[in-house]
Amino acid sequence: MSNKVAVFRKEHFNAAHRLHNPGWDENKNNAVFGKCNNPNFHGHNYDLIVKVVGEIDPETGFLIDMKVLSDMIRENVLEKFDHKNLNLDTPEFENLNPTAENIAMVIYNILRKKLDEKLYLQIRLYETERNFVEYPAN
Amino acid sequence: MVYLTRIEHFNAAHKLYNPGWSREKNEEVFGKCANENWHGHNYELYVTIKGVVNPDTGFLYDAKKLSIIIKENILDKLDHKNLNVEVDFLKDKMCSTENLAEGIWKQLEKALPTEVKLHSIKLYETPRIYVEYFGD
Repeated sequence: MSNKVAVFRKEHFNAAHRLHNPGWDENKNNAVFGKCNNPNFHGHNYDLIVKVVGEIDPETGFLIDMKVLSDMIRENVLEKFDHKNLNLDTPEFENLNPTAENIAMVIYNILRKKLDEKLYLQIRLYETERNFVEYPAN
Repeated sequence: MVYLTRIEHFNAAHKLYNPGWSREKNEEVFGKCANENWHGHNYELYVTIKGVVNPDTGFLYDAKKLSIIIKENILDKLDHKNLNVEVDFLKDKMCSTENLAEGIWKQLEKALPTEVKLHSIKLYETPRIYVEYFGD
């Protein structure tokens, strides 16, 4: 039997965004993105669940120190996205539509670089209580 | 007397920014909520009406009709909108949850039939912050 365990850290941030493809005209943007294309933006309370999987360190009993994980998420993700406009304030979305799918991938790529490569990482991002995405999917 | 509550939700952008103050003072008072490029929330709205049950229908008021009134007078104006820029009943007001709850009350009071009495507006800005307004 595998010795692997999963730990989860739940965080949240509030942000404005708009879904818009600058390569399309307004009619097509409205047809595809509907009210999410509003040029004055709208916003969400995002809930973020970071899942880390690996083996327990026998000396500490930890998979990862949750305080270390919490600080890593705060410094690299929350300070970048919380109370921000994802289209205007975060360079990651300068040329990328800030859909929940893309936000989850961006968060994964940021944290993947910070986390010990022995540990598996998965991001779950809730845009609303009823809409959420996971990356990577498997 | 019975109370009936309809729960709705909408997503919107806003910022807390007093145009009569300097940027420094706005940042000091409102912190990151003053971000000039806006931020946003998933708002949860609880509209509670009160009254006596109509013996012919068993209803306080038709919940479907209440839903349509809320949609036409509140959700169509707020959902996926920028509260500071696009909402007629918030013009020249600070876009706090307190003012938004009071504004929603005034809109619904006008739109509901006179026999339907509003009891409260409860508005969640986040799962941990909400405002209640009882009309007084």
